[in-house]
Amino acid sequence: MPRTRTEHSSNYSGISVTQRRNLTGWSFLIPAAALIVIMNFYPMIQALILSFKTGRGNNLHFAEPWWYNYKRLLDDEIFMMTLKNTFIYLIIQVPIMLFLALILANLLNDRNLKFKAFWRTSIFLPCAVSLVSYSLVFRTLFATDGFVNDVLTKIGFIDDPVNWLGQAGTARFVIIFGLIWRWTGYNMVFYLAALQNIDYATIEAAKIDGASSTKTFWFVTMPQLKPMILLTAIMSTNGTLQLFDESWNLTRGGPAYQSMTMSHYLYEVSFQKNPNFGYAAAISYVILILVAVLALIQMKVGDKRD
Amino acid sequence: MTKKWRRVPGYAFLTIFTIFSLFPLFFMVVSATNSSKDVLASRLYPGGNLLNNFKALTEAQNVGAAMWYSLLYAVGTTVLALIICSIAGYGFEVFHSKGKDRLMSVLLLAMMIPFAAVMIPLFQMFARFGMVNSAWAVILPAVSTPFLILLFRQASRNFPHEILEAARIDGLKELAIFARIYLPTMKATYAAAAVITFMTAWNNFLWPKVILVKNDYQTMPMLISNLSAGYVTDYGQLMLAVLIASLPTMIVFLALQRNFAEGMTGAIK
Repeated sequence: MPRTRTEHSSNYSGISVTQRRNLTGWSFLIPAAALIVIMNFYPMIQALILSFKTGRGNNLHFAEPWWYNYKRLLDDEIFMMTLKNTFIYLIIQVPIMLFLALILANLLNDRNLKFKAFWRTSIFLPCAVSLVSYSLVFRTLFATDGFVNDVLTKIGFIDDPVNWLGQAGTARFVIIFGLIWRWTGYNMVFYLAALQNIDYATIEAAKIDGASSTKTFWFVTMPQLKPMILLTAIMSTNGTLQLFDESWNLTRGGPAYQSMTMSHYLYEVSFQKNPNFGYAAAISYVILILVAVLALIQMKVGDKRD
Repeated sequence: MTKKWRRVPGYAFLTIFTIFSLFPLFFMVVSATNSSKDVLASRLYPGGNLLNNFKALTEAQNVGAAMWYSLLYAVGTTVLALIICSIAGYGFEVFHSKGKDRLMSVLLLAMMIPFAAVMIPLFQMFARFGMVNSAWAVILPAVSTPFLILLFRQASRNFPHEILEAARIDGLKELAIFARIYLPTMKATYAAAAVITFMTAWNNFLWPKVILVKNDYQTMPMLISNLSAGYVTDYGQLMLAVLIASLPTMIVFLALQRNFAEGMTGAIK
């Protein structure tokens, strides 16, 4: 291993080969690291400072008291509504999706399954379309005079067309339905990758010992998948807290903010009507803190079950 | 016999979920060939309205420009991201040191920063440099990601260090070793990284929407989003536009599905 070998030969510039190599190494990292600092860490700090400021457009000054924006959030009914909506999506959609993905991955991992490539490609395919595209397809499907109402009326399930996007409950349902459609296959691929790393002999052994496939799944496969389940849970939580495209395109946040997500509201406060960057930055910090806190909680819970 | 029957629920579940997964895409493709009236009448077989939809769409919207800009941003992002992140991933692994490990764990924290939390300062920063509406402003925030660096770093683990030593003895410069020896052997990793970066960049919506104030520079996702924002939506036209916007990523996906899956999961091995 070259990295452990000490080299004492020195060169013309007076520094050793090891030192020079170390410097070369740093120069390889600098462009990527600098970009991450400039495009992520620096703006993150800027956003924190901004969240203490108030004013319209670029006319910003520090608020009095400095936590004014955060205090205002608590009295902002629309913000509270978007917070509630985002958590509804998170609590209902993520567990259902991850559970479905687990079942599908487990079915696809069966060595005797036929047409494996077809199932996998079909279920994974929704990942190929953009969030905007699928949102608009679902918007069309769930239009009041659209396909879903047509089918439900024809089979006699409903008498009158449902105004899916015009009522709070159904609008939220359509978003959750769409999210499950778009992301289940994505998570399934992570589980499939994890399953391939599991020694198939452990599953085989359990079956030979007479364990049912349900029992084998819960007591042999699941414990080995735990790190991956934790990872997908954190990724999905992170993604759900940042939902924007679906809220913007599928339901337009409506009716009356009742399906709007936090990121969508953040965009409205930042760039619609009277832009208020300070207040928007405070909203963005709530999202940032929620992402961090929920990830920490999930990691703690994930560790405890060992 | 009983063993065979036990498989039925599994196949049934897969069949139902496959139909669920494919139907909206099927609906999109079929509706692109139908008139708005037929789409609302839930016609589920191809019609003859494809050319009419195309004509109406291209007359109302500059689809060519949006496709060109989407391609420019996505390819630009992909090329730059692959160069910068692969050099960094290689650097972290080959010139491994404690300090670099520490830097990597700091950079990894960036994965947890929601884009919403950096969006406004980023906008202000690019505005200060007069870069609103510029391609650089669209591309630069997406170029360097901890995820891609990690992907290349993991892949570099398998790169034999003996080859490096041999090349050094032959007098090759470090950058030349990277470009001429490392790069050609890492084709699979580059393919995986390219697929995932291209698809993410093509589908990105929020940031281009924020930074591209002028509609002349809009991307395909922005175009289709605006298309549906009017009071009256022509669903045939809309579905055709959605289909056109989805074609590049769907082709990439179907051709390079394995690389895509590898790119998604490769960094976490």
